[in-house]
Amino acid sequence: MVKKIKKLFEKKQASLLQQIIFDMPINYYLFLTVTLFSIGVIGVLTRRNAIIVFMCIELMLNAVNLLLVAFSQMHQAAALAIQPIASNVGAEAQLFVFFIMVVAAAEVSVGLAIIVMMYRNIHSVDINFLNRLKH
Amino acid sequence: MAITEILFWFLTALALMSALMVVFSKNPVHSVLWLVAVFFAISGHYILLNAQFLAVVNLIVYAGAIMVLFLFVIMLMNLNGETEPQKNKWLKTAGVITGGCLMLVIVAALKDTEMQYKQVQINEGNIGLIKNLGKVLFTEYVFPFEISSVLFLSAMVGAVVIGKKD
Repeated sequence: MVKKIKKLFEKKQASLLQQIIFDMPINYYLFLTVTLFSIGVIGVLTRRNAIIVFMCIELMLNAVNLLLVAFSQMHQAAALAIQPIASNVGAEAQLFVFFIMVVAAAEVSVGLAIIVMMYRNIHSVDINFLNRLKH
Repeated sequence: MAITEILFWFLTALALMSALMVVFSKNPVHSVLWLVAVFFAISGHYILLNAQFLAVVNLIVYAGAIMVLFLFVIMLMNLNGETEPQKNKWLKTAGVITGGCLMLVIVAALKDTEMQYKQVQINEGNIGLIKNLGKVLFTEYVFPFEISSVLFLSAMVGAVVIGKKD
């Protein structure tokens, strides 16, 4: 009886595991990130508020980050298929994403300081006011 | 349909819809809040890809710190839907068409490459865990890590210098 229950439990666990581990085609991630990136481009092209333009640039950065992480997992799947030992193949991409985040944080702090200064000088965040590059 | 697949499509729909709302909502504060929703969806994708460290860092750095900074600046300037400058209709249409063309070209170029047979592991692999990433970061990549601290310092000094009242 106990054996039977044990067997049933193992079977259930195996099916659950099969349900959780699932391979996604890389194409889905590609299309998702390309769409996110294009939405960012549309935002940069259609908005006049400097802060929103800045936010759309952040959106593009994040789309690229997501694609990098997806590629790192793809790379590791390929490496594990050849040599089934846990390795660090693909960790570089995730570190690269980490460094992108670091640079983005620094960029945002300086960029927002520039926008605040611009608002103090011309009392507007409209980028069309700045197209002459002089006062 | 496996649970991960449902999650993937849900997060994808959430990310795309929120991204569209970022671009098309009139009020800048709403834009910021929708962008936070995009970052949450992207963090969900990271967790789905088993990149747990990046998911947490994305939440803390982007949704936590950067977006709050944006929100503070917008509230400082008292921006709202009425004061929002608008481009004219034709420029907006041209912008949307241009972005759509970019997407179309990239998708058409990447659709039939040999990459389409590759798979992405969901919920598997241990490279995204903090133990592995930390080991690589503090052995192979310790020099760029220290350089980035110098970058942060200079960004901080630059922000203070720029933001100072002459």
